Amino acid sequence: MSVLIYAENAGGKFKKSIFEAVTYARAIADQNKTNLVAISIGDVSKDELAALGKYGAEKVLNVSGDKLKNFVNQAYASIIAEAAKKQGADIVVLSNTFSGRGLAPRLGVKLQAGVADGAVALPEQNGGKFTIKKTAFSGKAFAIVELTSANKVIALVPNSYKVVETGGTAQVEDFAAETKDSDFRAIIKEIVRSTDKISLPDAEIVVSAGRGLKGPENWGMVEELAELLGAATACSKPVSDAGWRPHSEHVGQTGIAVSPNLYIAIGISGAIQHLAGISSSKVIVVINKDPEAPFFKVADYGIVGDAFEVVPQLIAAVKEYKASA
Amino acid sequence: MKILVCVSNVPDTTTKITFTDNNTQFNTNGVQFILNPYDEIALSRAIELTDGGKGEVTVINVGEVNTEATIRKALAIGATDAIRINAKPHDAWYVAYQIAEYVKANPFDLILTGRESIDYNGSKVAGMLGELLDLPSVSIIKKLDAADKEATVEREIEGGKELLTIPYPFVAGTAEGVAEPKIPNMRGIMSARTKPLAVVEPVEVKTYSEVLSYETPAPRGQVKLVPADETAKLVELLHTEARVI
Repeated sequence: MSVLIYAENAGGKFKKSIFEAVTYARAIADQNKTNLVAISIGDVSKDELAALGKYGAEKVLNVSGDKLKNFVNQAYASIIAEAAKKQGADIVVLSNTFSGRGLAPRLGVKLQAGVADGAVALPEQNGGKFTIKKTAFSGKAFAIVELTSANKVIALVPNSYKVVETGGTAQVEDFAAETKDSDFRAIIKEIVRSTDKISLPDAEIVVSAGRGLKGPENWGMVEELAELLGAATACSKPVSDAGWRPHSEHVGQTGIAVSPNLYIAIGISGAIQHLAGISSSKVIVVINKDPEAPFFKVADYGIVGDAFEVVPQLIAAVKEYKASA
Repeated sequence: MKILVCVSNVPDTTTKITFTDNNTQFNTNGVQFILNPYDEIALSRAIELTDGGKGEVTVINVGEVNTEATIRKALAIGATDAIRINAKPHDAWYVAYQIAEYVKANPFDLILTGRESIDYNGSKVAGMLGELLDLPSVSIIKKLDAADKEATVEREIEGGKELLTIPYPFVAGTAEGVAEPKIPNMRGIMSARTKPLAVVEPVEVKTYSEVLSYETPAPRGQVKLVPADETAKLVELLHTEARVI
């Protein structure tokens, strides 16, 4: 028995969410007094792979090849399932990223495993009972789910588990996996990366704005504040519905759920559907001119004021803080 | 083109979520159930793709008789016919297995689901269906254009997007951007009453997960208000007290 973590790379590098998932998988391996094996698919340097050892992986299986340069759901799931079987891994951990969420259900079927997606805490294992806490009702609640199968697949929500460095190094091994032609029926034609932008689902800081900004032409200050803080930008549903910002920035119950360390909401009233998508943020700052805005009820810090006056001042204050830091 | 759209019956987005029986049951008292918003997007795109006699759209739901109002709404929006698999949807595996069994006997060119249901947020049914039926699956798609032999889809990835072509049949989980949700008109509502809604009994299947209980997020403390002209104080608090910058 062992634990297998799928270490997803972005352009050959691992992101913090993967270090979180490796740390988390290490803790599960420790619970079970077993070893942790990582698997990476695609083009990643040997040094980058070995660095997964810092977070507790003992061994890293490296799968590469021309056909596997880009993520293909079906093929990647076949490879990870094969690795799990060969390593005798009964628990497979993924990060709850867009790709992770595409892989988890396919792995669940291949391994006849219960799947806990949206996991936010370590599993509890008592007397053979395996329970895990996961998000439900779009962040309005959590469900405690028991996985009753022998094999288990867990997808960990980014920013929900703290990275711990153990300082080890991992042994890197090439892993030859079999794939079928039918695994490659979906053909990737083009990938467009907005390299200058921080990805919203795993951002540590999110600066979000709503209708209070009056129009798309006023987003410059939101982007400036986000850039200064190294944050991703987001928006409320009415804003993406109006076409002021792309749908991919829409945070909330019918958009993306985020769990950053800091969520700054500017000119967003705080409808229940929006709050659902951000409720697991660690610290919430609200800037709104309406002191009765429901968002203030869930905020940690608030400024009652006009965004067009407060945000430029806040930008200046952040610049000053950074200059003195 | 024959399109299957998998739909869920979920609590309305404005629902305040509470639980009963020592936090083991979702409190449905006073809750209005709706067609899952992402499934509505999938259905709307399916109707656009088959508009003008270019195909048929079947909706399928795994649910007990109380989901029929939601199924009729899907028919009012424009689906051709509907299937209800008469069972309580235990978990995503159970739902996907039931739908896969139906599809094995009744093949479709394209199977659409919403990217996730807004109750359990699993985004699992599309991928599980793909695996159970040995079909490609692609999740969180923002655009779906259909040609004769294959479709072109745009998928959201972290920090960008990806354009793929996929031959039929395949499974896709749709998100916002794929279509604008359609509002049923009076003709649709009237015709939905007489459209076929077949009830199919479930097959037996072992399940692998069980919800034991629920928790609600811990209440947050009182908001600390900072005067509008003291933004430097806010920055200081975020640095020294909250330690997030």
